[in-house]
Amino acid sequence: METKTDRFMQSIPEIIRTIPLTHYILLSSALFAIGVLGVLTRRNALIVFMAIELMLNAVNLLLAAFSSYFSDPAGQIFVFFIMAVAAAEVAVGLAIIVMIYRNIQTIDIGLLNKLRN
Amino acid sequence: MEVSNYWYFLSGLTLLSALMVVLSKNPIHSVLYLVFTFFCISGHYVLLNAQFLMAVNIIVYAGAIMVLFLFVIMMFDLKKNIPDSKTNLTKLAGTVVAGSVLVILVAAFRTIQYPTPDESTFNPNNGMVENLGKVLYSEYLLPFELVTVLFFVAMVGSVMLGKREVGDRNF
Repeated sequence: METKTDRFMQSIPEIIRTIPLTHYILLSSALFAIGVLGVLTRRNALIVFMAIELMLNAVNLLLAAFSSYFSDPAGQIFVFFIMAVAAAEVAVGLAIIVMIYRNIQTIDIGLLNKLRN
Repeated sequence: MEVSNYWYFLSGLTLLSALMVVLSKNPIHSVLYLVFTFFCISGHYVLLNAQFLMAVNIIVYAGAIMVLFLFVIMMFDLKKNIPDSKTNLTKLAGTVVAGSVLVILVAAFRTIQYPTPDESTFNPNNGMVENLGKVLYSEYLLPFELVTVLFFVAMVGSVMLGKREVGDRNF
């Protein structure tokens, strides 16, 4: 019985045994907050876009952590789909940014207030 | 060295490089720091025993998306038009908002205690390609096929957006 329990304990990765899931929540929250900081304080459209990628990755990390801790593959499938959507989003978003640059010769989002009127 | 120390080291590295993405002045440095952040997150996936996600993360994010970013940055003449930064008041307000998002999230989740995984129900093969493939191609087959439609639409959309009009100059 003792050896059997030992073998089962070894089947769980040590990280999952030693790190509580709350730590992953805190790490992802911090990453997400850094992404929010980037979106709110930078004017370069590309860096705003990268900050959005950071926020997506924070969510991905948390989904993967929950999926691993509860042995549910659906979470990791979801991360896979989020990555696919992020790739499509980046392609279209960068095309829009290139288009904006071609028209007004800048990627400063402060100058993109033409839609207001 | 304890394995948990690796976790804390990797987390610190992740947060530091993520912060540098936001803070560095040069967009190329931002892209490089972002690649480093993605590699750190891939390291987290390895620690979580999610090998498939690790590979996909490196291929899709660090490979495809970051190369796209670098190409777009190289197309812009960044020496000529450095965007003037926001006013200090806006920056301060943004920092306050981001800090309060962090404080609220931490305060909300700090006290939650999740049970450590049960040995009898834990599946160590959860993140492996075989297991995920079985789930992906049976239960999630329809969303998987719809992703191809999404990619097609994205491809057509970016080609349409990038196409030159008749009177445009070519650089």
